[in-house]
Amino acid sequence: MHIAVLMKSVPDLVEDIALDEHEGQILFDEMSYVPSEWDDQALEEALVIKEESGAEVTAVSIETQDSDNLLFTALAKGSDNAVKLVGDFDLSLTNRQRAQIFADYLHKQPFDLILSGVQAIDDVDGQIPGLVAGIMGWPHASVVTEVRVKDQGIILRQEYAGGLVAEIESSTPVVVGIQAARKPPRYASIAKVRQVAKSRQIEEVEVPLSNVPALTVRRFYKPVASAHAEMVDGDVEDVAARIAEILQERNLLRR
Amino acid sequence: MQKAKPIELDVAVVDGVELKGSWNRMFEPRAISEYDLSILDEITAIPGAESLGYCYQCGKCTGVCPVDTVGDYSPRKIFRRTQLGISLMDSPDLWLCTTCRNCLRVCPKEVNMIDIMPAVRERAVLEGNAPEELLQAFENTARYGNPIGEPGRKRAEWTKSAGVSVPIMSQKKSPVDVLWFVECYPSYHPRGKQASTALARVFDSLHVDFGILGNEEKCSGDSQRMAGEHGLFEMLAEHNIKMLSKYSFNQIVVTDPHAYNAFLHEYPKYGGEYVVQHYTQYLSQRLPDMSFTHDIPYRVTFHDPCYLGRHNGEYDAPRQLLKALPGVDLVEMGHCRETSYCCGGGGGGMWLDSFTRDYASERLSERRVKEAVEYGADILAVSCPYEVPRFEDAVKSTGNAGKLAVMDITELLAYAMGLVDSLVMAN
Repeated sequence: MHIAVLMKSVPDLVEDIALDEHEGQILFDEMSYVPSEWDDQALEEALVIKEESGAEVTAVSIETQDSDNLLFTALAKGSDNAVKLVGDFDLSLTNRQRAQIFADYLHKQPFDLILSGVQAIDDVDGQIPGLVAGIMGWPHASVVTEVRVKDQGIILRQEYAGGLVAEIESSTPVVVGIQAARKPPRYASIAKVRQVAKSRQIEEVEVPLSNVPALTVRRFYKPVASAHAEMVDGDVEDVAARIAEILQERNLLRR
Repeated sequence: MQKAKPIELDVAVVDGVELKGSWNRMFEPRAISEYDLSILDEITAIPGAESLGYCYQCGKCTGVCPVDTVGDYSPRKIFRRTQLGISLMDSPDLWLCTTCRNCLRVCPKEVNMIDIMPAVRERAVLEGNAPEELLQAFENTARYGNPIGEPGRKRAEWTKSAGVSVPIMSQKKSPVDVLWFVECYPSYHPRGKQASTALARVFDSLHVDFGILGNEEKCSGDSQRMAGEHGLFEMLAEHNIKMLSKYSFNQIVVTDPHAYNAFLHEYPKYGGEYVVQHYTQYLSQRLPDMSFTHDIPYRVTFHDPCYLGRHNGEYDAPRQLLKALPGVDLVEMGHCRETSYCCGGGGGGMWLDSFTRDYASERLSERRVKEAVEYGADILAVSCPYEVPRFEDAVKSTGNAGKLAVMDITELLAYAMGLVDSLVMAN
């Protein structure tokens, strides 16, 4: 079983989102980036499969800011190979473009199973696994929480609304969007990442940027506050009286 | 277990001297060396952890180990358990040591937990085998330069409300006398920021020519090193040394005893050699220049931080400052100076409170706060940024809210000098 894990970085929400409110544009170069947490889950699931039934795992990322660190961390965690797709790319790549770049690389490769995060915080235009599967014409399953190898195919666990879970059998090749791995993503110590960065190579593969359909975002803007909360303070009697008043004013009491 | 068997020869000749009968009696090796020591050997084979094997189980460490007073842990117990084949790698024992150094103070065999703990923990971290909350602190530090997970770009935000100018080196563009290494909790934690504001005002009133690195500063990393993330420590040390190399200054003053320890003993290994002082050392030399306008009519006791006291031998500077404060009645607790208790925050303990809870009857900070209350203190004075949040929590959780206030020495100084309006007293 040869598994590819598609990974990307997303803006770090601990920092503020850099936004030009006047132009309605996100300032991609002014933000810091972190690995997408769902992609981390996908990598973990791939490594669990590898440990469980043997597999070769290749982490694949598109060269934008900090993709080297992302890939070295994947190698430190136990990924067998790391591939960086290089070309005329920058941080403002849409997910549709990313999916095309991934697909252009993947269709020439002998992968049996492609895993990626089912979603990401920057999924304005859809989710990567679904798009990649669509472009390549491969079967696809989303919101998957477990992948196991069985004979020549795989068994997936997929979550539905209302607490329903399905177990699905699929032949390979297949693209799977991972919601969560079976266990929390492992920690790669900095010493190990640094050691890997010195001793291992990231394979670079050049991929052209082709024209793909795109959404036109009219503007990005911060949510506008329409009303503010009323803070009730004072001593217990006053607070209780005010709360009772509010309940009555708004007709919130069921009699 | 068998009794040791005596071996007695009729005649033995030793160095030409004839020894007959009982004079040459020897005993076969005793049962103590008949353990399967392979697990112990695995641990002592780790560079840095050799000295665990020196333990001859006198138990002196158990008597002084702060963790043993609230749980079932001491270096001697670690040795014994390892000797019996319980691997330290998989034991919760590995994460309970706060590296307070009290055991090393009394150990006749110099079993050095300060070297053993980071070495063995590093092996465990490498295998991803460490408590989740600790790994989170590591990841935060790697990503944001602080264990709390606050944005690196906001490290100097506190200076905006300091009330005095706090020059940032990248903007100042001229040499300074004192480079103030602020550290993480003093930059981000609400109570830490209050202490930083107080220290900035004291510096300002003393006309100290100083500057800070601001967003170019990252965690000194010493506690992460003690908790087993040596690679992270190296990365942080390299970063800080590189940033410091851009500027000219005569000396570094640190807020944090853990940073003091790193600058004193570890950064020189990476080419970062500086004159460094803890702020209590720097300010105690400036005492003649300080003028006090406000009385602090309270009974004050002082908690020696492990990394200023036992680790680096500074007990007097903080006391000189406290004694100089008008009105202060300084009282020493039973555990003071070399025998000081531990707040529980060192060696990664700061990020292991949930983990430790399962193995301790109470937090070390709670025990310490009770001691301060026992001595009738109104104020527990501290000089390490870990301690204000730890002890303030402990004051509340031990039901002593209103009885004891926890304050950094800088806050007391700033108040006595008339630089802040009020003391954050217990109420």
